[in-house]
Amino acid sequence: MSEIVIHTDKLTRIFGDFTAVDAISFDVAAGEIFGFLGANGAGKTTAIRILCGLLSPTSGVAEVAGFDVYKESEEIKKHIGYMSQKFSLYDNLTVKENIHFFGGIYGIPRKELKEKTNELVSRLGLNNEADKLVGSLPLGWKQKISFSTAILHEPKIVFLDEPTGGVDPITRRQFWDMIYETASRGITIFVTTHYMDEAEYCDRVSIMVDGAIAALDKPSEMKKSFGAKDMNDVFLQLARGAKRGD
Amino acid sequence: MAAVSLKNINRTYLKGEVKALQDINLEIKSGELFGLIGPDGAGKTTLFRILTTLLLPDSGKATVAGFDVVDNLWDIRKISGYMPGKFSLYQDLSIEENLNFFATVFNTTLEANYHLIEEIYVQIEPFKHRLAGDLSGGMKQKLALCCALIHEPEVLFLDEPTTGVDPVSRKEFWDMLDRLKARGITIIVSTPYMDEASRCDRIALMQNGEILEVDTLEGIIGRHSQNLYAVNGDNRYELMKAIRTYEGTLSCFAFGEESHVSLKLNEDANEGLKEHLLHLKHSGLAIKKIEPNIEDTFIKLMLEKATNV
Repeated sequence: MSEIVIHTDKLTRIFGDFTAVDAISFDVAAGEIFGFLGANGAGKTTAIRILCGLLSPTSGVAEVAGFDVYKESEEIKKHIGYMSQKFSLYDNLTVKENIHFFGGIYGIPRKELKEKTNELVSRLGLNNEADKLVGSLPLGWKQKISFSTAILHEPKIVFLDEPTGGVDPITRRQFWDMIYETASRGITIFVTTHYMDEAEYCDRVSIMVDGAIAALDKPSEMKKSFGAKDMNDVFLQLARGAKRGD
Repeated sequence: MAAVSLKNINRTYLKGEVKALQDINLEIKSGELFGLIGPDGAGKTTLFRILTTLLLPDSGKATVAGFDVVDNLWDIRKISGYMPGKFSLYQDLSIEENLNFFATVFNTTLEANYHLIEEIYVQIEPFKHRLAGDLSGGMKQKLALCCALIHEPEVLFLDEPTTGVDPVSRKEFWDMLDRLKARGITIIVSTPYMDEASRCDRIALMQNGEILEVDTLEGIIGRHSQNLYAVNGDNRYELMKAIRTYEGTLSCFAFGEESHVSLKLNEDANEGLKEHLLHLKHSGLAIKKIEPNIEDTFIKLMLEKATNV
């Protein structure tokens, strides 16, 4: 098995008398596309915040990019990328300014950043838009720029929190082409989505129910063991049993 | 009489720079469960805001239950319920206070119209003293629907009620709409999830301010036949790249565990595709002819639009 970049063992987070994340254990390998699914309120966001070094667990083990979430959360932040539909680019900065800004935050040296920016702009086919405000661009383009910015510093892992919500079916699939390309370079993809067809694009998928991981496998194996025709069917079978409303 | 009618409706933003709606023509029948299906930026919200009299069209004519959206706005407001895409209730009022507020605005009371919302309200009634701002996403959604229903509207406008909602809650929400429809309420609902099209009587596919198609789901799919194949094989990413290099390929996109490949019509192209892929040493191949679904059709319409421009 290749290098493990995320390792958790009985990872738990309790808020008052509420166990948001209940002893979850899993490993994710380098270059893997890992789908992190669950119903609203199942505990996904809490788990992701722990793995990004933004929240301390109550108990259990979690290591991300080789760093301990209890003691080395600042190191974790340097070695991961993060993108969500909500936290994205600055609308009132241009494409280039956004790339510079985020590259600067991740500590990429000025000279290297300039080269990387130009390379990225031409790879995305945005030479004519590079000096336009991001706010004036279509949503699909913003998401592609946002994703590219999140991996500009060549992180070990990139966390994508519902990255494709609301985009058209072609752009959604082009976005997944970018995900595949990134994973093939060895960057691990940790992705959440409510589109169940996208669950099938992942190498492995976990489904959280009531704070625990109810299933974890390759999509093909999971469908087999649940006798389901697609991942939507698997999800409905598992999440219907949830006790916890969101 | 049509519940909703739109004739040559246009609306722009930023002094004409953004064409939010372009020459929209649409008739929605009384009692219909009608879906506006399209991605962000298609114009769904602008259309809702015009029909709920919150925004004036630049040109064209629109009516709701026979009332004109410009001349008879107060009549329309009395008979329509609106659930905006963004949660718009009072966060610092409780569930019960929000409901009482909306009931009072429409000259009724929660007690008088309790039966209209009972089925949905009982699910959140145990928390009726909780502030709306402290509710979870699913509970907010139910409260917003109750507030939109409390004055017994004839027409219900729901702007992306299921966006960001998990598949189980989405299914429950659509079951709820079925029961509202059974009471005779006209429901117009927008969604970016193509699979929800199958829950509507008729749908309009929207993209960049235009309506691409209006019909039943079957009608739209049937009108746009494709020479479509589902392809399976090892190493999907490389496989898709290889499929796109085949001369007979019109488009190739991932669909669940398979890739859907649209091939040129009237051609025994699938044999050619198989040879092409075997020649490139792809293994585990399975190619089968399939009928398109609504997302295949939407993609085809988008690609046609892009090449015609």
